[in-house]
Amino acid sequence: MTATRAETRELVRLPAEIRRQRVIGAAYLFLAFIVVWFFALGSEGDATFRLGQAVGEIDLTFSASGMAWITATIFAFLAGVHLIRGLGKWTNVVLAVALALFAFAFLAWAADGKSFSLLGMLRTTVAASTPIAFGALSGVMCERVAVINIGIEGMLLTGAFMAAFVGTIYNPWMGILAATVSGGVLGLALAVLAIRYHVDQIIAGVVINIFALGLTSFLTTQVLAGNFDRFNSPGVLTSIAIPFLSDIPILGPVLFNQNVFVYALWLITASMTYGLFRTRWGLRSRAVGEHPKAADTLGINVFRTRYVNVVLGGCIAGFGGAFFTLGAVGVFNQGMSGGRGFIGLAAMIFGRWHPVGALGAALVFGFADSLQVRLSILDSGIPSEFLLMAPYLVTIVVVAGVVGRARPPAADGQPYIKG
Amino acid sequence: MRLELRGITKRFPGVIANDSVDLVFESGEILGLLGENGAGKTTLMNILYGLYHADEGEILIDGEPVSFDGPGDAIAAGIGMVHQHFMLVPVFDVTENVVLGVEPTKGPVGTLDVDEARRDVRELSRRYGLEVDPDAITEDLPVGIQQRVEILKVLFRQAEVIVFDEPTAVLTPQEVSEFFTIVEGLKEAGKAIVFITHKLGEVMEVSDRISVLRRGKVVGEAIPGEITAAALAEMMVGRPVNLVVEKEPAQPTGPMLEVSDLVVIDDRSHRAVDKVSFVVQSGEIVGLAGVQGNGQTELVEALTGLIVPISGSVLLDGVDITAASPRARHDAGMSHVPEDRQRDGLVLDFDLTENVVLNTYHGRPYSRGIVMDWEAARQRAVELVDQYDVRTPSVDSVASTLSGGNQQKLIVAREFARETKVIVASQPTRGVDVGSIEYIHRRLVEERDEGSAVLIVSGELDEVMALADRILVMFRGRIVAETTPAETSNAQLGLFMAGEAAS
Amino acid sequence: MTEEEMVEEPVAADSGDRPTGPLWERIAPSNLDWRSIVLVPMLAVIAALAVGAALIVLTEGVAEVPVAYRALFQGAFVGIGSISETLVAASPLILAGLSVALGFRAGLFNIGAEGQMTIGGTTAVIAGFTFSDLPMLIHLPIAILAGFVGGAIWGGIPGWLRARTGAHEVITTIMLNFIAFRLVDYLLKQPFILREGRFDPISKDVAPSARLPDILDWINPALRLHVGFIMALLVAWAVWWLLFRSTVGFEFRAVGANPDAAAYAGMSVTGSTVLVMAIAGGLGGLAGANESLGILGNVFSGFSSGLGFDAIALALLGRSHPAGVVLAGLLFGALRAGGRTMQVRSEVGIDLIVVIQALIIVFIAAPALVRAIFRVKTGKGTGQLTRGWSA
Repeated sequence: MTATRAETRELVRLPAEIRRQRVIGAAYLFLAFIVVWFFALGSEGDATFRLGQAVGEIDLTFSASGMAWITATIFAFLAGVHLIRGLGKWTNVVLAVALALFAFAFLAWAADGKSFSLLGMLRTTVAASTPIAFGALSGVMCERVAVINIGIEGMLLTGAFMAAFVGTIYNPWMGILAATVSGGVLGLALAVLAIRYHVDQIIAGVVINIFALGLTSFLTTQVLAGNFDRFNSPGVLTSIAIPFLSDIPILGPVLFNQNVFVYALWLITASMTYGLFRTRWGLRSRAVGEHPKAADTLGINVFRTRYVNVVLGGCIAGFGGAFFTLGAVGVFNQGMSGGRGFIGLAAMIFGRWHPVGALGAALVFGFADSLQVRLSILDSGIPSEFLLMAPYLVTIVVVAGVVGRARPPAADGQPYIKG
Repeated sequence: MRLELRGITKRFPGVIANDSVDLVFESGEILGLLGENGAGKTTLMNILYGLYHADEGEILIDGEPVSFDGPGDAIAAGIGMVHQHFMLVPVFDVTENVVLGVEPTKGPVGTLDVDEARRDVRELSRRYGLEVDPDAITEDLPVGIQQRVEILKVLFRQAEVIVFDEPTAVLTPQEVSEFFTIVEGLKEAGKAIVFITHKLGEVMEVSDRISVLRRGKVVGEAIPGEITAAALAEMMVGRPVNLVVEKEPAQPTGPMLEVSDLVVIDDRSHRAVDKVSFVVQSGEIVGLAGVQGNGQTELVEALTGLIVPISGSVLLDGVDITAASPRARHDAGMSHVPEDRQRDGLVLDFDLTENVVLNTYHGRPYSRGIVMDWEAARQRAVELVDQYDVRTPSVDSVASTLSGGNQQKLIVAREFARETKVIVASQPTRGVDVGSIEYIHRRLVEERDEGSAVLIVSGELDEVMALADRILVMFRGRIVAETTPAETSNAQLGLFMAGEAAS
Repeated sequence: MTEEEMVEEPVAADSGDRPTGPLWERIAPSNLDWRSIVLVPMLAVIAALAVGAALIVLTEGVAEVPVAYRALFQGAFVGIGSISETLVAASPLILAGLSVALGFRAGLFNIGAEGQMTIGGTTAVIAGFTFSDLPMLIHLPIAILAGFVGGAIWGGIPGWLRARTGAHEVITTIMLNFIAFRLVDYLLKQPFILREGRFDPISKDVAPSARLPDILDWINPALRLHVGFIMALLVAWAVWWLLFRSTVGFEFRAVGANPDAAAYAGMSVTGSTVLVMAIAGGLGGLAGANESLGILGNVFSGFSSGLGFDAIALALLGRSHPAGVVLAGLLFGALRAGGRTMQVRSEVGIDLIVVIQALIIVFIAAPALVRAIFRVKTGKGTGQLTRGWSA
């Protein structure tokens, strides 16, 4: 064996990949055009972004059209790069940055001649990202062992319900515990249906969603309605400023003056990354997701690994669901998860089944989500319905643009049948 | 160590896979376990490895009965298995694959001790002369090296009995001889080796003892050197084997399929087919020989229209079909027996009628406009089933209920019964019983004699030698040799397949 | 030696990680065993009602169970009024169920029936009030067609995205549901569509010539059963014909059962994907038109009221066969109609029906569960279809 195949290999890009790069290039060109036509030509004044807590503390004032011209130039450049040679594995990261840039130019146009709290926007982004990120992490947990979890939406919703219900009766901490456990129970249900009964995993997930929506709605009308004070007024957990870290300009208030859910998110993302890629548990989990038969022949219990991870994934989603009631709104409303679980799935794909990637992607979606909240304040003239569509539209764009390249765990979605 | 299987019986619904099998494995000895596809070899080894439970019989280690509840128990008892389809996680590096399941760890949360693992793997590969880069990503390694990783896995678990299931199926002849050296080394180191295969030559070359399995039973034992290959073959299939195909010399009548400078990129961006040119004439059978994974699959996909080549051209009867759709190719007279019949050839959940019209349903007599005429289709299916000897209770049966041989005959019927100009047959007899093999071979020759250009892609040297009028050898995406069965020998062909260029 | 004598190794050893069998088969086996066709669905319904009863006990006490279930039964079946309501509720369910079932047959998950209904219902209404001087024989078909086309566009988008980019239809159809709700909310505010003198999102009324006419009003004008039910039955027959008697349907089924073999046989997998999703979307649109041109006469925010999600359960229960979908649609229609009566006459809310429907699919999808509960033989378990996220 003198020459290995790696040496004789010639790196030639696939036609499909070339086409994808061209499509992305064309999309950049289109965006550049939009930026010029609407944002650059459509604004004349200065936009002021406030980055401090108070007006005038840290202000960023610049010409909105100048910002748009710069963005358009960068987009045109990116379009050229994609059309000529492509960006390979950096495509997704660059795409995420470019989307942020586009949003920035958009905000500048919307804030043209006005002053706008970018800090507030970023804080809303983190808050809006939180449930999406928990959903995405739940997805990573399950899909790394090759179980597709479409039921995240239902787990978030159930978590939100239980957090409100138990949180009102006892205290918020018991509420969080109940939310986590209820998510775990639904995770177990998914695991039993998918692993033991080989029910198609997408079907099982859809069933869990329908069941969760029906049950929480039923219990809301039967139990919560009319007993608001007794069962559905848990209140919102206040932000806790972390000493010193929260004093950092801009980053401090955005990242380190939030409630426990956000801190838990940082913690879970970090420990999941470490766990999946540095520990025995992670190595075995990934083996089960990539090649369950190989894992089985090495004496690794495929079923147990899947059960454990899917239940843990359910717990993460249930915990994340508690954010809706205890971390944001303070009461439970029917169907309040509003598709965040599905967006979380898209974030997981965009983040390439990696916890950090999933978190990053969730921030992108969260940004789109927070746009509508902030833009309605600016009164930009865009109908609120279209702003409300933003997170869903961005999800479709991202899934359509990315899936072709991303590589899921090899056994994803397939039940393991022994022998 | 002495491992004994006693009276092992395993039944699956409708079949007895193993019928009171007795076998003994001893340290420092290589046992060849010979049998046809479907003779029950793999089932037997899966029982030994704890993947299946035997219905009857027992396993003894040094005279003590043991029972395995799963591979974990078998591994703990010192049994290691190198599976036919490698059990390697493609995206893991070599070290991760070797230590998976018995990982060295440190710290309270089971942190992997990567340094120690890598050191262990290095040490082990040095000791047994199995050179591997512990940090290489497994899927990037050539098959021969992947097999070394499998062997390292087994050794890392301190196995005393090592079972190799069809280990040479995917190796080049050169890799095979390297593999035999490794096996000899393991034997010297005192391991008990079980070598499962259906290849007579190899089992004669490397084994100390041979046991022959047929229809789930041990039908004979032999010592190499004391038995002839012919006698062994007869023992294996239960009757004298005649793999010679009766045929007249070919009478080619001019080019039908012309391939020039074809380049195909596979899904991992490699040049799987690299400037391949050849011609198949009407009235001849061209055999395309080569070890699996040298670009044959991609070449066939380009010929049948499933991949668009990035350059080069394909002419069918003088017409350029390089960019034509699969349907346009069918309609122009190209027939195709795909390599993986269950995946690409049949819709297993459709009945025989539906499968028979799978690629002709869109025209008369089976449909008018968009209206299907199922009566006409069914009639056709009845005819073909009868004509091509497909054994089935009815054409309304679902294709998945047919045996492998009959499924293949169904595809052959569908593909050959049309007006054909070119037939591309990939591994036409893989996993098919002897009776069906002979039948399919005869049909291929008949098609040739009726004027079709036939291209056969096969990894079986014997098949290519028996059927082809001309032989092309493919290696790493290129045609490296062209010869005829009369001008060459199995040994010479093996060298070509290993990339030793023709002189 | 013949092959009958050969020992066939069990196929599972190597192909275990490859999904086998077409989608509907893997979701619900279709072997013509009475147990899996009759017994399992029946037992599943009984088990789901039992769990529902337990929920009532937990929230309202034991005494409420007979009250609620009696109302449920009476509202669904007792008297011509109840039957009319059941059929009225069943009509859009059948159409939306056919939409999902067609997708299943072709190996695609159409979770977007809800959004397709929303769009289709709205386009039908727009056609229904825009042309006001046409005779019914022309106007009604135009309005229905508008519903079909609206839904087909909304379903075709995810089909096209799947075929072109590999974006999984589960995510894109769900996202398009949300987008459809917002889009219709926006449209309803436009002066062109918004009813005069109203500020809440509700459309103008459809002209009488575009309304689906009532059938039983000669018995009692209060009976709401309309021609939409007959339309649903006809469409079910048409879907059956398309699937099993046409070349197009043959392609759909082949692509759904084994896309690799279909491609080898020269079928266009991408073309089939787009077409299936467009037709499925059109059927969803018809479901919406059935509601908006039938009992509603207009559209408002959220008028689809979850019918598109019930349709998923219904398609599973009906084993993705048009005849099964009709029967399952009647059952779910009865649950909906009865549920409304239950909500009025007892303390139990109609959301219980959603829980019961979800439980029915759990038991249908996992016959082993039914087997464990009732100790009967139930036929083989269900498999799966998912090939992961990439196309």
